[in-house]
Amino acid sequence: MNCITCIEYIIVGIMIISAILAVEWRDLLAAAVGMAAVSLFASLLFFMLQAPDVAMTEAAIGAALSAAIFIFAIKRTQRFETEEEEKPGWWVRW
Amino acid sequence: MISVYYFGAISLILIGLYAVLVKKNVLKMLIGLSIMETGVNLLLVSVGYISGRSAPILSEGIGPNQAVDPIPQALVLTAIVIGVATTAMALSVAMIIYERYGTLNVEEIRRLRG
Repeated sequence: MNCITCIEYIIVGIMIISAILAVEWRDLLAAAVGMAAVSLFASLLFFMLQAPDVAMTEAAIGAALSAAIFIFAIKRTQRFETEEEEKPGWWVRW
Repeated sequence: MISVYYFGAISLILIGLYAVLVKKNVLKMLIGLSIMETGVNLLLVSVGYISGRSAPILSEGIGPNQAVDPIPQALVLTAIVIGVATTAMALSVAMIIYERYGTLNVEEIRRLRG
């Protein structure tokens, strides 16, 4: 295993971990940042797969524009996922 | 042994599918859809990769037989643009849902009106 293969394994591992965190976080703003991190590491993988044009497009659209429109949508709606188990009362899970 | 790119791409597709199926918030489902789209793009580019060859840009010492397959890259370049357009339209629909119903939980939206 040479150096390039080690870097590929590290980038894929960080990408999968940030994808799991982006799905599991309750704060939607943090989840949007995690999704942007997934796009950023996918852009690095595109560059290592010898596709520089796809890497530029993914970095511009996936990491910047997509996260920006998610943040605007979160600003218009609510930031946190409502967690009904934490609220008191028997009627909340009706 | 499978390539690490295939493993990463299929893992992203499965994580996005989990988010779309299990999560109840509309924005979290859209985040899962976006992650799934990134995984599909990564899978398509890694199919056309040949180890040891360089980028398909015709220049001084690079001929057509020293470059990777350029056709999946053009395909993915189109798929990225389609994905961000789909995400923008779905986010505007989610904002309209929040203005009309006051919630983003899919179970409550189904409960409010059938």
